Amino acid sequence: MPSTLPNIKEYLENAISFIEKAEIAYGELTVQVPAKDLAGFLMTLRDDAVCQFKMLVDVCGVDYPDREKRFDVVYHLLSLRNNARIRVKVQVDEKTPVPTATSVFSSAGWWEREAFDMYGIRFADHPDLRRILTDYGFSGHPLRKDFPLTGYTEVRYDDVEKRVVYEKVSLPQDFRSFDYLSPWEGEWPELYERMQASLPGDEKATQVEDKGGKK
Amino acid sequence: MTNIAEKIEKTKNEDGTFTINFGPQHPAAHGVLRMVLEMDGEVVERVDPHIGLLHRGTEKLIEHKTYQQAVPYFDRLDYVAPMSQEHAYALSVERLLGVQVPMRAQYIRVLFSEVSRLLNHILNIATFALDVGAMTPFLWGFEEREIMMEYYERVSGARLHAAYFRPGGVHQDLPDGLLEDMYEYFENRYPKFIDDVETLLTENRIFKQRTVDIGVIDAEDAVDWGLSGPMLRGSNVPWDLRRSQPYDAYDQMDFKVAVGTKGDCYSRYLVRIEEMRESLKIIKQCIENMPSGPVAVQNHKITPPKRAEMKSSMEAMIHHFKLYTEGYHVPAGESYAAVEAPKGEFGVYLVSDGSNKPYRCKIRAPGFAFLQATEFMTKGHMLADLVAVVGSMDVVFGEIDR
Repeated sequence: MPSTLPNIKEYLENAISFIEKAEIAYGELTVQVPAKDLAGFLMTLRDDAVCQFKMLVDVCGVDYPDREKRFDVVYHLLSLRNNARIRVKVQVDEKTPVPTATSVFSSAGWWEREAFDMYGIRFADHPDLRRILTDYGFSGHPLRKDFPLTGYTEVRYDDVEKRVVYEKVSLPQDFRSFDYLSPWEGEWPELYERMQASLPGDEKATQVEDKGGKK
Repeated sequence: MTNIAEKIEKTKNEDGTFTINFGPQHPAAHGVLRMVLEMDGEVVERVDPHIGLLHRGTEKLIEHKTYQQAVPYFDRLDYVAPMSQEHAYALSVERLLGVQVPMRAQYIRVLFSEVSRLLNHILNIATFALDVGAMTPFLWGFEEREIMMEYYERVSGARLHAAYFRPGGVHQDLPDGLLEDMYEYFENRYPKFIDDVETLLTENRIFKQRTVDIGVIDAEDAVDWGLSGPMLRGSNVPWDLRRSQPYDAYDQMDFKVAVGTKGDCYSRYLVRIEEMRESLKIIKQCIENMPSGPVAVQNHKITPPKRAEMKSSMEAMIHHFKLYTEGYHVPAGESYAAVEAPKGEFGVYLVSDGSNKPYRCKIRAPGFAFLQATEFMTKGHMLADLVAVVGSMDVVFGEIDR
């Protein structure tokens, strides 16, 4: 059996019981597994004769603040033998740690550090889970959706004190985020729905209602 | 004398090693790399690279920009070979949009991807040679780089930050006479430059003393550490995305994949030299077979209409306005597109929620994995060899720190 993506998908679905979801979209195979089974699953992908995904290409987080398990941790694997890629996803909340992949792939170390730094995702048994990209002494996780684009602090060199000082960020102008959606556009129904709830000026309507209620 | 000896004694760690700080401002650090080294005499025991000094939050910024506005950020990642990064982004967006790029645009992209590869390999070989003590390739290399950056300028208007590969094609057609000039340069002058560099380095005794058998990594370890590009091929793994997962017009090109045998710094240097020669072949094929036709998809919901058309057509005007304010909406989904950038596998993982801005854009930089393997590759080497290894890794902090 040649190890093409549909074959690998079918094989994995038959062989492994805990797979939550497996789909091929845009020519790419995505498999979702529970966080607790991750390390074993990656081991299988690496060593199984059909899979042979020997290289971990990337690990990253994705933040969905509305979900109960708000983070996706996404692993991209590559098989040189089969010339195939696979994407492995696990979902976790802020508190539950993900088992580390460093025991399976040496390259996982820094990417997991990055996911920890950017999103605050914990990795259990990681040998060296420090921040990696942000400044020394940084607090917060900048790629979370609830972290503001501008951040909280800015640095500058203070000529009087002769050192670099940290200050609360101050902006001469707000970041200009335009609302491009207009109410007569029906092309994207779900966006239209979302937009209905919050058009500029809507708050006035509810305010009037409130007053009426009090009377 | 005893005074100094006492002072040295005091700086020793409990186990008799020294801790040394390397960088972040150091000529051999290739930018802003800080390494905390634990040394046993002159032998490296532990390397702890501290990165992030050039972190600009590119991924966060992209989440707040429309798909088209995100393009210039990719130039600023690996600023040595800017167009290769745009390429990965364009391919990723195009996969989600489901558009097929016209043949001429594909050829132009391949052509300039290879020019980027030459730009990158020159700089790497030049700075690598400088790190291990050879000055001349550096001086010569920059002259050639300048000529090729002029081609960048002629085609896009900017020497470095081109923003030329856009989702859907390229920004504008090639100016008249460019292909002829490029052909002349790459046919007659460039091969001679490679030969000149080779006479300086390839059999140079000092260069070989500094690079042969230094920083050896075998094929299995290279795969385990996620290495790619010349770092992987130097270890005798014939893996090149241009060949194995061809994108754009690479499947129509005739070229060989350069592979090293020993996985040391010298192998990686040789791989880069050979890759430059292969790049020249691809460039020549592109110029000779350049098809005619449009350079971007003719769907003006994605690419802008011609300016002349806007003077008379209301619809073109509206398209232009919508494109440069709201941008285009990309269907929900996720895609990971990787290109064989000069340094290795450069990937862009996009998550779209169906709006006009990426929900998540993860940039997979090859250098990130290389630097992670520094400790593995240099343990037990001398301090000077660490410099050679970092030089041969071809790291640029724009892409590592993002």
